Amino acid sequence: MKQNLYNYILGIADNSLMLGQRLGELTGHGPSLETDIACTNISLDLFGQVRSYFQYAAKIAGDERTEDDIAMLRKERDYKNVLLVEQPNTNFAYTLGRQFLFDVYHLAFLKELQKSADLTLSAIANKCIKEVSYHERFSSDWVKRLGDGTEESKAKMQEAINDLWTYTDELFHQTEADKAMVEEGIGVDVTKLKEAYYKNVSDLLLESILEVPESKYFQKGGKQGIHTEHLGYLLSDLQYMQRTYPNMEW
Amino acid sequence: MSEEQIKSLEKQFEARIARDEKIEPKDWMPEKYRKTHIRQMSQHAHSEIVGMLPEGNWITRAPSLRRKVALLAKVQDEAGHGLYLYSATETLGISREEMYEQLHTGKAKYSSIFNYPTITWADMGAIGWLVDGAAIINQVPLCNTSYGPYARAMIRVCKEESFHQRQGYEIMIKLANGTPEQKEMAQDALNRWWWPSLMMLGPTDDVSVHTAQSMKWKLKRKSNDDLRQQFIDQTVPQAELIGLTIPDPDLKWNEERKSYDFGAIDWDEFWQVVKGHGPCNKERMKARVDAWEEGEWIRDAAMAHAEKKQERKEKQAV
Repeated sequence: MKQNLYNYILGIADNSLMLGQRLGELTGHGPSLETDIACTNISLDLFGQVRSYFQYAAKIAGDERTEDDIAMLRKERDYKNVLLVEQPNTNFAYTLGRQFLFDVYHLAFLKELQKSADLTLSAIANKCIKEVSYHERFSSDWVKRLGDGTEESKAKMQEAINDLWTYTDELFHQTEADKAMVEEGIGVDVTKLKEAYYKNVSDLLLESILEVPESKYFQKGGKQGIHTEHLGYLLSDLQYMQRTYPNMEW
Repeated sequence: MSEEQIKSLEKQFEARIARDEKIEPKDWMPEKYRKTHIRQMSQHAHSEIVGMLPEGNWITRAPSLRRKVALLAKVQDEAGHGLYLYSATETLGISREEMYEQLHTGKAKYSSIFNYPTITWADMGAIGWLVDGAAIINQVPLCNTSYGPYARAMIRVCKEESFHQRQGYEIMIKLANGTPEQKEMAQDALNRWWWPSLMMLGPTDDVSVHTAQSMKWKLKRKSNDDLRQQFIDQTVPQAELIGLTIPDPDLKWNEERKSYDFGAIDWDEFWQVVKGHGPCNKERMKARVDAWEEGEWIRDAAMAHAEKKQERKEKQAV
């Protein structure tokens, strides 16, 4: 089995998995019907992506593993998503801030992944990019609305950006699987996305009359499976049925 | 307008409906027609929105990715139904905010079935199969109702509902053919949702207050009891097909009527839930009110931003 490729795919897909799960928590509780529909839609897109990635990963594994085993039956330390996407829906500013900070990265990442020497990954990226372009537009628009809205919304949006900022640097860390895949022309060299990312994010924050956080202290660990305390609870929900009723079909 | 003029307009109006013509928002309509439609259509919209909650309860815990995606899509469809039903109701001269206000203060009702809890995964199957099944029976005749915007909204709603119903039944098939534990889960869900689903088709004809007028306006084509019989006759064979038992010892095929006879419905339970004392009435309403109140600063921000944008545009134009 191509272990590096397998790990590489999981690293990408776990981000969509956790973010989709977080957005799914909000369905039916959105601040308006329109935003409720939009957030559910983004969640649906992300789970669709997860299925494409995990079906491919299951094929590479070449054993009994299914997409659901990969999604729902790993131990906490075996999930490799970045810390940013597992952060809770503290309020709508956090939800949208998290989405925005991830979308800008996600879009740039997929643009590069389209060029992958692995044709399946390139095809998945090609399909996802249309969806993620919409996600990025949606979250950017909301950051602008909240930043340049009322005093209250501005304060809340700024607080969310300040708090989530600490998780942005990790997006550009390379794992061993990443490095190996870059070597083979399959993976994306995320270190090269960093400069444009901070420029794009900063431009939009300034346009939204928000401040760009100055903090240089960043958190990392997700890519090594060392998560924040939030992930365990998220997994209890995600894995509940598979753990309680093992080896059944649904 | 004189009383005579109004009478003449009413006569023309009733004649149009009798000819199966659609009434459109700008047409003259009797006040009672407007009010009745606002009541029924907003109640329908509220049911879609509150109905998102019991199923939304299982999105994070769906047992497989395929089921999770399908459930998300289903709940999203319900939000969509709510959206166009609210919009259709707005054509009668009431705002969405006013309708929310009526929901949040308990003035407007929503379908009582959503006040029951979803406690296992099988409830997702039972809701799709039974609750959406009963909803379709209620709603298909509305595709031909007299008020144009409602009739057109219902055509789309019904198409999606019938897809949901099949999806729910398919969840039940899978469980019924699964392990003993899964089968038990399916039977338990049927036991809990069967009677509330029968109640969903409304009080018996002798106590239903709105039937006669609604029939005339084509808001209703069949009586509650007829709809209920149709639902039972349609659903019993589906249960048998997958080896589940309808929880009614009095259920029996009546060869003469070519229909099923069934046991007594506990109408005390129905009225208890309608009056706000069901298992989840408080939770459902709290979830809606919380979403609305916590959303206020967000809606205010969006409004303020739109105004600022407009101001900037006007300044640039000067």
